[in-house]
Amino acid sequence: MAPLFSRSWPLALRVSVQHARVFPLNFYFDQFVTGLASACSLFLVASGLSIIFGVTRIVNFAHGAFYMLGAYIGFTLTEQFSGAFGFWGAILLAAIVVAAIGTLIEIILLRRIYDAPELFQLLATFGVTLIVEDLALLIWGPNELLGPRAPGLKGAIDLFGLPFPTYDLLLIALGPLVLGLLWLLFRRTTWGVLVRAATQDREMVAALGVNQKWLFTSVFALGVFLAALGGALELPRQSANHTMDLQVITEVLVVVVIGGLGNVLGTFLAAIIVSELNAFGILVFPKISIVLVFLVMALVLIVRPWGLLGRAEAAARAAGGAAILRWRPLAARGRLAVVLALAVLALAPLAVGDYYLTVATEVLIFVLFAASLHFLIGAGGLVSFGHAAYFGLGSYGAALALKQFGLGMEAALIAGPLLGLAGAILFGWFCVRLSGVYFAMLTLAFAQIAWSVAYQWSDVTGGDNGLLGIWPSAWAAAPAHFYWLTLALVAAGIAALRMILFSPFGYSLRALRDSELRAEAIGLERRRIQWISFAIAGGFAALAGALYAFLKGSVFPDNLGIPLSIDGLVMVLLGGVDTVSGGIVGAALYRSLSIWIISHTDYSKLALGLLIVVLVVLFPKGVVGAFESWRARRAPRTGGESS
Amino acid sequence: MKTSSAIFSALVVIAGLAGSSAPGVAQETIKIGEINSYSALPSFTEPYRKGWQLALDEINAKGGVDGKKLEVISKDDGGKPADAVTQANELVSNDGVVMLAGTFFSNIGLAVSDFAKQKKIPFLAAEPLTDAITWSKGNRYTFRLRPANYEQAAMLAEQAAKLPAKKWATIAPNYEYGQSAVAVFKKLLSEKRPDIQWVGEQWPPQGKIDAGAVAEAIAKTEPEAILVVTFGPDLVKLVREGNTRGLFKDRSVVGFLTGEPEYLDPLKDETPEGWIVTGYPWNAVTIPDHAAFLKAYQDKYNDYPRLGSVVGYSTLKAAAAILAKAKSTDSEKLVDAAEGIAVDTPFGPITFRKSDHQSTLGAFVGKTALKDGKGVMVDVTYNDGGKYLPSDEDVKALRPQN
Amino acid sequence: MSILAVENLGKIYSGFEAVKGVSFALEAGEMLALIGPNGAGKSTCFNLINGQLAPTSGRIHIFGRSTHGMAPRDIGRLGVGRTFQITATFASMTVVENVQMALLAHHRRQWQWNRWAAHYYEEEAARLLALVGMADQAERSCGELAYGDLKRLELAIALANEPKLLLMDEPAAGMAPRERNALMSLTARIAQERTIGVLFTEHDMDVVFEHAQRILVLNRGVLIAEGAPAAVRANPEVQAVYLGAGALYEAKQ
Repeated sequence: MAPLFSRSWPLALRVSVQHARVFPLNFYFDQFVTGLASACSLFLVASGLSIIFGVTRIVNFAHGAFYMLGAYIGFTLTEQFSGAFGFWGAILLAAIVVAAIGTLIEIILLRRIYDAPELFQLLATFGVTLIVEDLALLIWGPNELLGPRAPGLKGAIDLFGLPFPTYDLLLIALGPLVLGLLWLLFRRTTWGVLVRAATQDREMVAALGVNQKWLFTSVFALGVFLAALGGALELPRQSANHTMDLQVITEVLVVVVIGGLGNVLGTFLAAIIVSELNAFGILVFPKISIVLVFLVMALVLIVRPWGLLGRAEAAARAAGGAAILRWRPLAARGRLAVVLALAVLALAPLAVGDYYLTVATEVLIFVLFAASLHFLIGAGGLVSFGHAAYFGLGSYGAALALKQFGLGMEAALIAGPLLGLAGAILFGWFCVRLSGVYFAMLTLAFAQIAWSVAYQWSDVTGGDNGLLGIWPSAWAAAPAHFYWLTLALVAAGIAALRMILFSPFGYSLRALRDSELRAEAIGLERRRIQWISFAIAGGFAALAGALYAFLKGSVFPDNLGIPLSIDGLVMVLLGGVDTVSGGIVGAALYRSLSIWIISHTDYSKLALGLLIVVLVVLFPKGVVGAFESWRARRAPRTGGESS
Repeated sequence: MKTSSAIFSALVVIAGLAGSSAPGVAQETIKIGEINSYSALPSFTEPYRKGWQLALDEINAKGGVDGKKLEVISKDDGGKPADAVTQANELVSNDGVVMLAGTFFSNIGLAVSDFAKQKKIPFLAAEPLTDAITWSKGNRYTFRLRPANYEQAAMLAEQAAKLPAKKWATIAPNYEYGQSAVAVFKKLLSEKRPDIQWVGEQWPPQGKIDAGAVAEAIAKTEPEAILVVTFGPDLVKLVREGNTRGLFKDRSVVGFLTGEPEYLDPLKDETPEGWIVTGYPWNAVTIPDHAAFLKAYQDKYNDYPRLGSVVGYSTLKAAAAILAKAKSTDSEKLVDAAEGIAVDTPFGPITFRKSDHQSTLGAFVGKTALKDGKGVMVDVTYNDGGKYLPSDEDVKALRPQN
Repeated sequence: MSILAVENLGKIYSGFEAVKGVSFALEAGEMLALIGPNGAGKSTCFNLINGQLAPTSGRIHIFGRSTHGMAPRDIGRLGVGRTFQITATFASMTVVENVQMALLAHHRRQWQWNRWAAHYYEEEAARLLALVGMADQAERSCGELAYGDLKRLELAIALANEPKLLLMDEPAAGMAPRERNALMSLTARIAQERTIGVLFTEHDMDVVFEHAQRILVLNRGVLIAEGAPAAVRANPEVQAVYLGAGALYEAKQ
């Protein structure tokens, strides 16, 4: 029993302080200026994201991909042209080329889905990111590409007795310059006035007869231009490589949120704060970088729920009129169909082999995971970007119960969900104080903090080498047995979620989503109801995570990671947020397809990305939503229904 | 109409991408399952794939193993341990492979190794470096080809001990690989040189190094020598910042893996001179077996091999040797055959030790230098891995005995 | 005892005094209108009473209880119903579900999780819908209702917690003239039947003078007149305030 407590704290928390030393003043100054250079390069990329979000409300996940493209195209162009003129021309041209690509994507793809639920654009841009990743691999090959240094700015100058890169000085000048230019653009031009007006009130601008389409397109182009410029300007500092996009996207998203969404000055301040805290933080805590931005974001959001300079978001979405599908429990025929489907699933081991049973088990686990997330997003309107945290806590809870405490699988399957539940109760308490994108980003911050603890606390969690040997008890070890166990628990979990969904509690949760004002007026306690819902969703996600640990036999920090949280979102959105069964269908569809695609293609990201983009365009209400709308059109009585 | 044509074109694209690894139909084949992080780490795994494909062609050209053709079913794990387990399961339960091979990342290697133990299927880990895979988490079914973290550290510590430097600082990625590399290097070097002081450390997150700040922070601790475990894009960033800020000037630097073409080549004219590194100087290797390999590789691909190519090539050669020796595809017989087996590789003959299932494949240690605007290794020696591994007796204490 | 008593109410927003020393009372069963030109402080006053804002000074008593420090939700729990300028209903639910939700909340059943919500308070909901003339639309989706029907639904929701005080913020805004009068007549009838005190703000003077029993006039945060419609209409100060608007003169004719 004892080891868990007698062992050391996670390295992230442990005070692994560098030898305390007092440095001469110029050292600190140097560190400060170094932080400033990082801040400016961060700001260039983040400003574009901020502008795009401010006007179009798109969380542009592809921003990192455009940044990467800027670097790659910049590399190719700087190889073509030489000299100072050639170099800077190439940088600028690269940004323009990428901006053109971005514009094209906006016109072809995003314009079709502006009316879809807000997050659908996130899903589309996620698909674009996947496509760009594989295309970059096809075009530029697998190797890192080192571009030239900037002509005339190759060396260092003496800054208070220490060498400082001249190129960094340029970046330090460029940051405020871009900030100033953006300020002028937004304050002193008609276009800027319209953009600002659109940031405040989209409908109003549309009512004034402004062509909103082209306003959005131009804003998107500007944002992409800044991303690509930021990427191309990195060439003298780093190689163009395939990890640039994901490496930058979370960081800039965090910076934008800390600053206050859509507020460019806030973004600038946030970039400086984050970079300086990092520059000085590593002097004292050399391991702080891995979690720093998320810690800062969590603290800022807890103190200032709309970021440093942000303002309260306008009411999230005016629930869109007649298009809304009605949520109904299953009627008698539907229940019969479910019973039949369960019977067929239960008989599956008689017909298929071990591999497909294991795949089916995995799909079932993700069905429960997605259903729990859908409970939050669909019923509660609470979009979580960090739902994997609870899935992962469930995995670790189960694994630790088995490994550290020597409990059996049965007890571990209880311990895991309990740990996830505890995490959700703790984090949820803070999260439900926020709303909208800020809520989403705080969930992300907590997920990343949990991830970094799992990643760093090697003594207990095994760090990124994970925990191994998490296999089921003998009676459940055969793939068919574990499949039946999973089927039973997943079916029970989903039945419980649906029961809650259609109970007074579930109605209250939906009421809060539909109209907070009205819900408060009739006496509903918003925070408590949302908090408990958060905990419920976390608990079921953790059950899925605990099952997953025993399916895979091992647990890794990946189980808490951003990619898994994104997978969850993709499943829910593909299935359909505004439908009762969207999460379930979306998970079954997406997980099966992705397992198949990864197993059968060399360019799985390209295939998966194309698939997502196609599905997004074809089914802007999700697959289930499209099906139900179609059914409603066939029987045009009382609008759509969803069961 | 519009809708259906869109679906159709999507399907065509997907179908076009599919099927490079469709299982063959020939009856008389032995199937090997291969998993690696092709989409997550193409710079290493692409040369690796070329390496094992070359070996496969050679083996089958000579009639395969025991008159049966070898077939490799290759899967991508996307850099995720959980997906690797899914793929391993498909290979074992569905495709009927007789053994598993591959993997790059340590955590994926460990996940597959644990799967192999559970399913009692031999697994030849190609690239993961973690010591755990053969020691603390070692198991009967898992073997590892590449020299482990410990061996790399031991080779470098041996050279580092000869340096006059007394004050050392370390820069390593903040995860298990970096942590254990630093820990082992520190331990081994401090044993040889008790006078050494460790004055500073930096742990940038993998893939997200803030190179300027890290370089400054290390410079402030005024070390006489620096250990660099950082690799890949982070290394490029660190080297550029370090060069500009004079971090490496008048300091000795020891670099893990920095001499591997995968990591050295991108540095181009920025390659810092005089770093003591492990790596693979492909055009300076004098081992006779290597010449044949080099020629065959260049003939086939019109490109030079990276270290990944050697690893991929040797992995498949080792797999074939094990199959040939076992004269069976039974898991237990394969494991018995693999224990202590001798295999010819481009770096000469190696053996897989019976005691810990680690191969004695070695690594080259040398110094970095700049030649015609490119990074190269000079003063190179090949260090046999076997000489740097703990004895069979010592290993017993490191491995779970069951 | 008055069901609503406001004493010397004041609100200052960063230096700007939006409401100054406002005092008035509302009796059970009374229809009281709060009017004034734009920016007079009506909405601030209203939001102070319903708990959306906290007053800088002064006291508010509802049913004899001080509402100091109470959230809107708690004030609602005292037996205060509300309707909003822009209707606030639950768009993803049907008409009857909206009322059932309000009834569930009123009976504190919102934590019930193991029985379907649709089985609760079916009869009560039907009765309330009949009361506001919405019985035939019970099964329609809330999102597809005409605006006037939404307003009536909102009234039914507001009545679900058996209020003795009804706060209506511009109840007739956005409706056709005939609908406005129908809604207000309905409200007045229900208020009388159930002895509910109604406080409402309104721009449309026709509605105010037709339906209010008493009128409060605010200007620049200060109460400038109070009394029966005829008296208020004759008040020269009120006329001065409304002079440019013309609405009052129209109402007189």
